[in-house]
Amino acid sequence: MASIPEAPKFIGVPIKRRDDPRLIQGRARYVDDFQLPGTLHMAFARSPYGHAAIRGVDLSKARAAPGVVAAYAGADLAGKIGPVPVAGLVPDARVPVQPVLAGGRALFAGEPVAAVVARTRYQARDAADLVEVDYQALDAVVDLEKALAPAAPRVHAQFEDNVAFRWAIAGGDIEAGLRAADVVIKQKIANPRVVPLALEPRGVLAHYLPGEDKMTIWSSTQVPHKLRTLLAQQIGMAENRIRVIAPEVGGGFGSKLNVYREEALAAYVTRELGRPVKWIESRGENFLATIHGRGQLGEAEMGLRRDGTITALRYNVLADCGAYYQLLTVAIFTLTGLMLPGPYKIPHIEMKVTGVFTHKMATDAYRGAGRPEATYILERMLDLAALELGMDPAEIRRKNFPAKAEFPYATSAGLTYDSGDYHAALDKALQKAGYPEMRRQQAEARRQGRCLGVGLSTYVEICGMGPSAALGGQGWESARVRVEPTGKVTVFSGASPHGQGQETSFAQIAADAFGIAVEDVEVIHGDTDVVPYGVGTFGSRGTVVGGSAVVFARDKVRDKMARFAAMRFEADAADIAFAGGKVFVRSAPEKSAPFARIAQMAYDAIQLPPGTEPGLEETHFFEPPNFTFPFGTHVVLVEVDPQTGEVKILRYVAVDDVGNMINPLLVRGQIHGGIAQGAGQALEEEVIYGGGGQPLNATLMHYALPKAHQLPRFELDHTTTPTSVNPLGAKGVGEAGTIGSTPAVVNAVLDALAPFGVHHLDMPLRPEKIWRAVSRARKGGPA
Amino acid sequence: MNISLCINGQSRAFDAEPRTLLVHLLRDEAGLTGTHIACETSVCGACTVLLDGKAVKSCTVLAVQAEGSEITTIEGLAPGGKLHPLQEQFWEKHGLQCGYCTPGMILAAWQLLERRPDPSEEEIRHGIEGNLCRCTGYQHIVDAIQAAAAQMGGKR
Repeated sequence: MASIPEAPKFIGVPIKRRDDPRLIQGRARYVDDFQLPGTLHMAFARSPYGHAAIRGVDLSKARAAPGVVAAYAGADLAGKIGPVPVAGLVPDARVPVQPVLAGGRALFAGEPVAAVVARTRYQARDAADLVEVDYQALDAVVDLEKALAPAAPRVHAQFEDNVAFRWAIAGGDIEAGLRAADVVIKQKIANPRVVPLALEPRGVLAHYLPGEDKMTIWSSTQVPHKLRTLLAQQIGMAENRIRVIAPEVGGGFGSKLNVYREEALAAYVTRELGRPVKWIESRGENFLATIHGRGQLGEAEMGLRRDGTITALRYNVLADCGAYYQLLTVAIFTLTGLMLPGPYKIPHIEMKVTGVFTHKMATDAYRGAGRPEATYILERMLDLAALELGMDPAEIRRKNFPAKAEFPYATSAGLTYDSGDYHAALDKALQKAGYPEMRRQQAEARRQGRCLGVGLSTYVEICGMGPSAALGGQGWESARVRVEPTGKVTVFSGASPHGQGQETSFAQIAADAFGIAVEDVEVIHGDTDVVPYGVGTFGSRGTVVGGSAVVFARDKVRDKMARFAAMRFEADAADIAFAGGKVFVRSAPEKSAPFARIAQMAYDAIQLPPGTEPGLEETHFFEPPNFTFPFGTHVVLVEVDPQTGEVKILRYVAVDDVGNMINPLLVRGQIHGGIAQGAGQALEEEVIYGGGGQPLNATLMHYALPKAHQLPRFELDHTTTPTSVNPLGAKGVGEAGTIGSTPAVVNAVLDALAPFGVHHLDMPLRPEKIWRAVSRARKGGPA
Repeated sequence: MNISLCINGQSRAFDAEPRTLLVHLLRDEAGLTGTHIACETSVCGACTVLLDGKAVKSCTVLAVQAEGSEITTIEGLAPGGKLHPLQEQFWEKHGLQCGYCTPGMILAAWQLLERRPDPSEEEIRHGIEGNLCRCTGYQHIVDAIQAAAAQMGGKR
């Protein structure tokens, strides 16, 4: 197997990012920054109702408005654009057909009903307001439990109830496991819907050239090739006549791992009109019509022996799908099942999921995507169990970890964790936090009438997505590496980074192997006409899978280059080394040539090594043999003001093990951002629906994202347990922070509230909720 | 209607609808796309520019309100392709990931340092509370602003 060079100069070094100069000077180009002459702007009329019959759509006023070039209602597109693509289904899932524009019924607030195309953005939005839709508001299904009542309105008339799918996973014998328990803890736990909220909203610019019958689509996407393949099928155009470019993308967090209605419409309309068509999502639309994350309401049951040993875990959960599936809606919930045992030895598990159709936008991948939900259940249940058994939360966790020597460790959910040392991360985190001192501080504060809480979470996650067979296809990633005749190196990646920094880390990976400077490597991504077919960036896979593909492609080129050097120096190719911008014979270093000289030889091809073609360009598709399993421990100290319910995070300690780090600076950034997002969900974030299915907080004025002054300084450390699943030994870091932080923060708040007898509250833990719980407890009522 | 502005030191004249937002004028008419739009409600700060030396959220300023003003956008923060200390330190401290909030964040920080050349960490955190970042968790942004303040020697 390929490997890291013996003495890497760049891998493992916190090099600052090479993409930053354009970003800090305002010279980067996001979708809306592309301004093509003659561009038309698209805007939508969207349903204001969660559920409504559409009795008519009158486009006449919109069509007559200034600047309007075209307008479409659902009926105008029947049979012309295929339904929104869906993947990752489970057997027997009911699959509703999602049209590009609503037909007879609107099934969620924000569903597009009509599209208007005009010369300017303002004209398009004006005209969209002139679309007259005759709605008849109908009862909406909002609450997951009520959705399953026999009398509930049906989201899809063709199905006999609102069950979208059923799926179960089991390992061991759940009943026996619960019988073997001395105590069984039960808790109903919600994981409410949140919005991913990439700061750049979605956007698409589609440009069809009739003369060439070719289309270019600039989209703010995490998956340019997937978008191209699926859009081609949707609009009935040959895939190889479509070029998708993911330019600068302003964050995704899973929300841009999808193919959306607006993209298909832009592609259709540009072909109809032969002019560039642009649609840029408003923030309001982003709240309504970009996927949401999470959306689970479950009942967990954990069996334990008196000594804290977990015997069994059962989780029955309702999964909020929304009205239609997006690309991976169903699959996300199954990830919760695979992750359910977490970092603990739980011999018997069972999870039963009932997917539920509701009159809401679809849920889908949001940072962590199914795995934070599993971790949250586990970490909440363990804290409840520790309370019941009178154990310290750290001890009950430690008690249930597999020992380092037990790896590779096969879980009851059917996965094999290749490597891990959970005790080490826990110990390091407790030490860094000064855990005993934190507890003393807490006890002292309680004596003074203050509410301090200490929260822990220990987690493992499934990353480096992933083996293709386990994902139902396409878990690999591609890379092509070219050494140019001048000795510059170009890396073409099928991954599609959008802020993660792989333009730098991939250059580090390549530069080390060739013994050249990072500056001499250019990393190209996000253009389907230029890079090999790729899967994209999500599921903590960019470096783990995409970077590994770079390693293999790079080594193939290096081996070939070594053959040219061997020919020149009359040496053995195995004796050729690359360092300091030179290629030389290891056993006779005086035989050397500049890197560029050997590169030029391969292109001149005046003489070729036996069986060797000219040129220096190789492609590799890396198929990971397993997932990777990063892990860690997060420790949080909070203070809750019982008078106001306000929470202040006083300290946040995180020890994460992401395996080998390519660029520790980027790793830190990923963990910081993840922690902030997870803490946001714990304390503030939730999409709140009214009874009619309208989100009530669908603006940034009403939906609270964490701000700088609400977060503490994060205290990070790490342990390093490399994985053997890939040549880099890297395990992925994109989601670690989010997975660890939500339960750690919630556990800390509930630890603070323990003296009031408040042992569980559902997220988000806003001041009002905490204040009410404390007030009820003080009055002696039920918590 | 006619609108005259001085943008990044250059006098410019535009013919725009009265309702045109300053951010749209800057992006679509002046071609300065470094200023971003993310919330349209003046909450997130991605569209922050300097209007006569004050940080404003250009998504809720009408272009006509800026008539006769001097505007500085991210493109004009440092002359001649050089980097302002804030830009340098955002780069150095990894104060950005996707980069979408960055221009607004830098200009908000510029104003913060103008008012408070040597801010404490808490003052920085409060000083940028009008600017949202979804990627970084803010810590490296705070570090960058602190380092820029030090580099600027507590004075501009």
